[in-house]
Amino acid sequence: MSSLALDPKVAVERVVGVGVLVLLAAGPAVFNDYWISTILTQTLFFGIAASSLVFLYAYGGMISLAQTALMGISAYLLGNMVTQRVPGGETKGLTLGWDPTLALVLAIVITTLIGLVFGAVASRSLGIYFLMLTLTYAVIANYFFGQVTQFGGFSPIAGINQYTPGFVGDLIDHPDKLYYIALGTALCVYVVTRYLARTPFGLSLQGIRDDPVRMTSLGYTVPLHRTLAFGYAAFVASLAGILLVWWDGQIAPGNIGIGATIELLVMCVIGGLARIEGAWLGAFAFIVINNYVRDVELPVVGGSFNTIIGLIFLVIVLVSPDGLMGIWDRLWGAIRRGGGGGRPEPAAVGASTAREAGSS
Amino acid sequence: MFAILYVLVIAEPDDGTGGGWRTTNFGSALDDPGGFLQVLLDALTFAGLLFIVASGFSLIFGLMRVVNMAHGSFYLLAGYIAYEVQQSMTGEGFSIPGSEVNTWEWVFPMIVAAACVALLGLIVQQLLLSWNQGEDLRQALITIAVSVIIADQVIAHFPRTGVFEVGGGNAVSMTWPGWTERFVDLRLWGVQYSLARLVMLALGVVVGILLYLWLYRTKTGMVIRAGVDDRQMTSALGINIQKTFAIAFVVGAALAGVGAVVGSSQGNIASGQDTQWLLNSLIVVIIGGMGSLLGAAAGSLLYALVLTFSASYLPIIGTECCTNYSIVITFALLAIVLAFRPQGLFGRAG
Repeated sequence: MSSLALDPKVAVERVVGVGVLVLLAAGPAVFNDYWISTILTQTLFFGIAASSLVFLYAYGGMISLAQTALMGISAYLLGNMVTQRVPGGETKGLTLGWDPTLALVLAIVITTLIGLVFGAVASRSLGIYFLMLTLTYAVIANYFFGQVTQFGGFSPIAGINQYTPGFVGDLIDHPDKLYYIALGTALCVYVVTRYLARTPFGLSLQGIRDDPVRMTSLGYTVPLHRTLAFGYAAFVASLAGILLVWWDGQIAPGNIGIGATIELLVMCVIGGLARIEGAWLGAFAFIVINNYVRDVELPVVGGSFNTIIGLIFLVIVLVSPDGLMGIWDRLWGAIRRGGGGGRPEPAAVGASTAREAGSS
Repeated sequence: MFAILYVLVIAEPDDGTGGGWRTTNFGSALDDPGGFLQVLLDALTFAGLLFIVASGFSLIFGLMRVVNMAHGSFYLLAGYIAYEVQQSMTGEGFSIPGSEVNTWEWVFPMIVAAACVALLGLIVQQLLLSWNQGEDLRQALITIAVSVIIADQVIAHFPRTGVFEVGGGNAVSMTWPGWTERFVDLRLWGVQYSLARLVMLALGVVVGILLYLWLYRTKTGMVIRAGVDDRQMTSALGINIQKTFAIAFVVGAALAGVGAVVGSSQGNIASGQDTQWLLNSLIVVIIGGMGSLLGAAAGSLLYALVLTFSASYLPIIGTECCTNYSIVITFALLAIVLAFRPQGLFGRAG
């Protein structure tokens, strides 16, 4: 790959990416409060969760439906550890009242460990089996927090965002602060994920995606690579879970139910499963649709928002399985062919850089 | 290996009966054989229902490699359709006493419901799945989209009768025919057992036998099994494999319908059960192995045993512990099976 002679497509993507980043960094100066605190903050942290799913698919060839559950597990852990038992007040969960910084670290570490266990159990299952197994994890986690009343139970653990570490400060009165934390985290996740894909670990993971049998015969431990990749994805999802409770203040079984699991998958599919950037693009598209189409009544058939999202999902899967990023890739190819050939199409994965939060 | 696994999985629920914290809902099997038998029968009868639903799921997967994520939604739709049909046949309103329902008023709703979801299955298969054969993941995503739409539409329009407002997906239940509404004396440790639940088990066995005869004793079944083994070779021999796919999808969806009628007669039908039954089907086929009739039976049995025994025999400490942890035991079962056999108990490798 010659990186000196820059592919015009990569150049365009870099310009767009930097533009988006500048726009997002300017944030509150450009967008109104509703956009900052509702649409963009949600886009950023759901994009982080979605990127963990896209990472597993794009580099590991695994579709995991457990990312929402892992997000919820870290949120539940944080909620159980930081909330305090208020006299007279109704509190759910263990209400341990630990130091928020300690709780934050523990929530992330434990979620990652749980992810490693999940990954180890699933590591020998392939393709569609992997999808089914991770869906089973998701449903089990949902029922677990719904049924086991010590850790949560049916109604939400609330008021979690009152207990934030000192270096984070008060997020309830300063939504801009949470926005910038989410932006910074998203940027880090993007950069680290892209970097990880180029390390020997990332390269062998991609080798395993393409031909597990050959990689095994070359001496690579396939299940171990899969397990570690799943652990990293769990780590990323746990970050999204922390941001979710800081944003929402509460966590309930509904946040990690099958509906939420499918919503995350819809985001990834809308954005495009083959490229990390698609995660944020899809999250943005989904959340905008969610906010502006939610109250639309469907003519004739009736039903709610779910019918609309189901239809959008169906159309995307039928028309362009690789989502909006895939449409962009093909559009570019069409333009170039129209303009009289040129160099061959670059590989879709890993061809571009710096389109972090390529959402707006 | 299988034997070790079998012992492991079977031994798990037994722990609670013998030692441990000792306080359980039932005494140990030796002290309270009646209670043990009761729980065992609960497990077996539930396994019958599980098998009916999961065998349809397994059939579709085994032949076409399609994970029909809409299986639970089919179940939900069929349950409500059957409820409406039974309501309009008996005209009794919300809760029908069993004595008012004869066998035909239970069987006919089942036929209607199964036919409706079978037709829906056929439409989904022909319209959305037949042209992208072989793209596993895409087909799974398509069925997820279909399941979201169906579940939302069902909740928007059902139940229609016997409730204050149409729609909402509230819980309603079918009524077993009157003659099943009694307890049978088993003449064993004084156990009286619900006839309806025994009928549920019998139906599971009947479905199993019919499926066996169909798959192993008829020409269609032979073609289906050939298709499971080698799709391309089968169609190269001049067999219309697309037609076979359609038949399998129809039967698989219809089984979700039959299961829904049995399930909503025993318990109820309500929004959220689509997820519940998708999970049940998934666990059964993951444990048992995909596309294997025997696997579906073994998976149903194991899952039902673990679920029922852990709910009954986990120790009780206070009001909040520990029977609600049975979901964790289910995960353990899954993990143990997959650790030894990633393709499930009766699944073939690859």
